[in-house]
Amino acid sequence: MSTEQILSSDGIPLAISLKKAERRNKIRAALLVAPLFLFILFVYVFPIGEMLFRSVDDRMISGMLPKTFKAMEKWDAKDLPEEPVYAALYEDLSYLKETKTYGKIIARLNYEKSGFSSLIKKTVRKVNKFEEGNYKEQFIKVHKRWGQMEYMGALKNTAPKWTFAKYLKGVDLKFDQEREIIQVPENRRIYKILWMRTLNVALWVTVFCFVLAYPIAHLLATLPMKYSNLLMICVLLPFWTSLLVRTSSWMVLLQQQGPINDLIVWLGIAANDNRPELMYNVIGTFVAMTQILLPFMVLPLYSVMKTISPTLMRAGKSLGGTPFVAFRKVYFPLTVPGIGAGCLLVFIISIGYYITPALVGGASGSLISNTIAYHMKSSLDWAFASALGAMLLVGVLTVYWIYNKLVGIDNIKLG
Amino acid sequence: MSLPKYTPLNYRLWHYTYLTICGLVFFFLIAPLFVILPLSFNAEQYIHFSAKMLALDPEGFSLRWYEDMIWGTKNPWGLAAKNSIIIAFFATIGATILGTVAALGLSSRHMPYKGAVMALLISPMIVPLIISGTAIFFFMAKVGLAATHTGIILAHIILGTPFVVITVTATLTGFDHSVTRAAASLGSNPVNTFMKVTLPLILPGVISGALFAFVTSFDEVVVVLFLAGLENTTIPIQMWVGLREQLSPTIMAVATCLIIMSTLILVTAELLRRRSERLRGINR
Repeated sequence: MSTEQILSSDGIPLAISLKKAERRNKIRAALLVAPLFLFILFVYVFPIGEMLFRSVDDRMISGMLPKTFKAMEKWDAKDLPEEPVYAALYEDLSYLKETKTYGKIIARLNYEKSGFSSLIKKTVRKVNKFEEGNYKEQFIKVHKRWGQMEYMGALKNTAPKWTFAKYLKGVDLKFDQEREIIQVPENRRIYKILWMRTLNVALWVTVFCFVLAYPIAHLLATLPMKYSNLLMICVLLPFWTSLLVRTSSWMVLLQQQGPINDLIVWLGIAANDNRPELMYNVIGTFVAMTQILLPFMVLPLYSVMKTISPTLMRAGKSLGGTPFVAFRKVYFPLTVPGIGAGCLLVFIISIGYYITPALVGGASGSLISNTIAYHMKSSLDWAFASALGAMLLVGVLTVYWIYNKLVGIDNIKLG
Repeated sequence: MSLPKYTPLNYRLWHYTYLTICGLVFFFLIAPLFVILPLSFNAEQYIHFSAKMLALDPEGFSLRWYEDMIWGTKNPWGLAAKNSIIIAFFATIGATILGTVAALGLSSRHMPYKGAVMALLISPMIVPLIISGTAIFFFMAKVGLAATHTGIILAHIILGTPFVVITVTATLTGFDHSVTRAAASLGSNPVNTFMKVTLPLILPGVISGALFAFVTSFDEVVVVLFLAGLENTTIPIQMWVGLREQLSPTIMAVATCLIIMSTLILVTAELLRRRSERLRGINR
C-alpha cells in the first residue's frame, strides 16, 4: 500500500496541520488559566513558601554576632571556651552597643534560654569599661553566667544559620547543650497535648457529623422532590449563614443562664445554683463545630445518594434480603464515595478551625490554630507560629492528597 | 413516605424511629439560628428570654437594639458595613473574572497538567485559614499593603476563586461545545462567541460562583484579623470583637440582619441552580 500523505486544503500534510491546531488549542487553554495561576502563585503559594522559610531561618543572630560564632567554631563545647571566644564576643557586643541594635539578640537568646535577657543587658551596660586583654575573666566578673556551660552552650547552639529548633519545640522536644534532641521537662510539655486534642476534636467532630448526616441525607435523597426541597432549606440556610452568627447563637444557647441550661435545670438533672459549664471548654467546641460543619457532610452524601436508584434496594429485598441486609450489602457500599468525600472535607476543615474554638472553647477547648494565632499576634514569635503552621499544613495536605486520590478534586460539589 | 399496609410492626417501628431521628437532626441544624431572632427584639439588656417575652407581652419586645445598631453613639457598625460591602464587592468581581476565565481553560480537553493546576487553584479552599492568613500577612506587610482595603481585597480574591472555579467548571462539564463551533463556523471571533453564546449559557454557574465568593469575603474573619487596621474593620471583625467582650443584644440585631441576608442569598442560589440545570438539560 502506498503511504501517500493526506493533505489538507492548503496543501500542508494533515498530520502536521492537526498537530499545529492541537498546540494552538493547548496554548489557548494555558493562557486562559495563566492569570489566575500566576496570581495564586505569587500572592499565595510563594508567601506560604516564605512562611516555611521563616520557620527555619535563624540568620539574624549569626549576622549580629559574626566574630563570636567564628571563634566558637573551634570550640568543642565540652569545657568553657578559651580567651579568643570572649575577645570576639567583646568586639561583637561593643559594636552592637555602639549601633544600639542589641535589642534583637536579647529576645532571640532569651527564647533559647531564659536568663539571657538580664545577662546581655548587664554586660552591654558595662562593656565600654572593659580593659584590653583577659576578657574571659572580665566577662565572668560582670556576670557569673558567662562562666557557666549552660549559657555558653546555649549561645553556641544559636550559631547555625538554619535551625529546626522551632519544629522540635512544636512537639515538645529541644536541643540540649550538646545539641542532642531531648524532651522538654514534663511540666512544659503542652504542644503534644494540643496536637492530640486538635486531632481528637477533628476526628470526633467528623464521626458525629457522619452519624447525624447519614440518615438525613438518606431522607433527603429518597423523599419526593417537593418535600425534600423544603427540608433542604434546613441544611442550606445554616450553610449560607455567617459563621459568626452561628457561633454567637451557640454562645447564647450554651451560656450559664441560657436555654439549654434552663432545660437541664427544669428536667432536674442539675440544681439551679449548680448549672453545668457548657461553654468555654471542649464540650462547647464539640457541639458548636458539629452543628456548623454538618452541612459539609450532608451535601456530598446527598449528591451521591441522589444517584442511587431506589430499584436497587427493591431488587435486594426481592432477592430475599431483609431491609437491613439489603441496606448493608447494596445501599451502603454505593454511598462510600460520598462518605469519603464528606468525612475528609469535614476533617480537613475542622483540623484548622479557629473562630469557633476561640469563642466557645476557652482554654481547655482551644486548638492548634488558636496557638498559631497567639504566637502571631501576642507573643510575636513568628518563626514558631510559622513552624506550627507548616506542621499543620503538612497534615492537611496529606489528607488533601488522599482525598484527591480517592475522590478526585474535580468531584467536589457545592450545594 | 407512607408505608404499605402489609409492613410488619417491627419495620414500622424502625421506620418511625428513623423519621424521629431525622427530625431531631433537622431541629439541631436549624433551631440555633432561630434563637437569635426573638432575642434581638428583647426590651431588656440581657441575652435571656425575659418573663415578659415568654408571656408574649408586647412590652417585652422593642426595636431599641436595631436603633442602637444604626444610630448608636460610637457604634462601629456603619463603618464596618461600608467596608464589608466595598471589600466584598471588589473581591467578588476579581474572583469571578479570574475564576471564570481559568475555568474556561481548565475545562478545555487540551489543557496540559490539568490535575496539578486544578489542585493548586483549589488549594486556598483547603489550606486552613490561619495558615493562609499568616502567609498573606507576611506578603502584604512586605509589599506595603497591610491594613489597606487593597490588601484585604486581594486576599479575598484568593479565597474566593476556588468556589468560582469549581462551580463554573461544573457548569461547563455539561456544556455542549458544538454551539461554540457553530458560532465560529458562522464567522464569530472567540470573544464574541464567549459573550454571545458561552456566557449566557454558563451564567447561572458564574453567578452562583460569584455568590460563593461574595459570601466568603463578607463572612471572612481570620485573614482580615491579620490584615486589617482600625480603618478597615468589617462586620465579622466587629462581631468577633463584640463576642469576645460580651454578648450584647446589638450583636443579636446584627446577626438577625445577617440571617435575613443569607436567606435572600440562599433563595437566589437555589433559583440559579434550578435554572442552570434546566439550561443544561438535566431533568430530574
